[in-house]
Amino acid sequence: MGNTIEVDIKVPNKTRYLSLIGKIGEDIARELERYSGDKEVLAYHLNLVLTEAMVNAIKHAGPKEPEKLVRIVITLHRDDLTIRVYDDGQGFDINAIPAPNFEELEDRGRGIFLIRTLMDSVAYRKNCKENMLEMKKKLG
Amino acid sequence: MNLATETRNDVVIIYVKEERLDAHNSTELKSAVQKLFEDGKKNVLVDLKDVRFIDSSGLGALVSGFKNAISHQGNLKLSSLQSQVKSMFELTRLHRVFEIFPSTVEAVENFQS
Repeated sequence: MGNTIEVDIKVPNKTRYLSLIGKIGEDIARELERYSGDKEVLAYHLNLVLTEAMVNAIKHAGPKEPEKLVRIVITLHRDDLTIRVYDDGQGFDINAIPAPNFEELEDRGRGIFLIRTLMDSVAYRKNCKENMLEMKKKLG
Repeated sequence: MNLATETRNDVVIIYVKEERLDAHNSTELKSAVQKLFEDGKKNVLVDLKDVRFIDSSGLGALVSGFKNAISHQGNLKLSSLQSQVKSMFELTRLHRVFEIFPSTVEAVENFQS
């Protein structure tokens, strides 16, 4: 086996599949042979960013076709982890989302903050066909 | 969602009997807590002993419950957080908002004091 793992999966855009997707992230973290940090902490973090990203994709998916799929691609090449989540909804400007105001007690608005905190880089790209949330992390 | 409730010394304890508290099931917890305060309960303890994973929606449901408590002159406290779940409260600074206890016994005692 080489140094690259790629998981390319499509699931219905329903929250009942969050657990399935999150567990894939956990399993990848536990399989890392060279990772020197706490694998259980990393497993939680990958579970969380996948869960948050998929919820985001479900929220932005086109309302006209409820049976749509969310596509998730997880690539691990050496120490570079990239997670891409595709949706075909309206899209949104990730840079326009403010960090949570810790003084105000809001019910919502912590998902993107958690992704940004736990990953090294986060980008959201739009084209005419679909949107992609791309998250990268160096697993050194 | 699997929730079990028990009343001990005027404190309603909700045991979240789920491994995950996330966007898939957190609305049910939010509704259950809301109903308790609307029914006139004043002291609610949410026990998270079985919860191994919480996401932003799960945290949001607890924040909603906390605000509900305030608006009904009640109290909502938490107990038995697993370490990784607790670290999510720290990451989002919510550990400064909630009173968090190691066990239901200690939490119930605190409600009485």
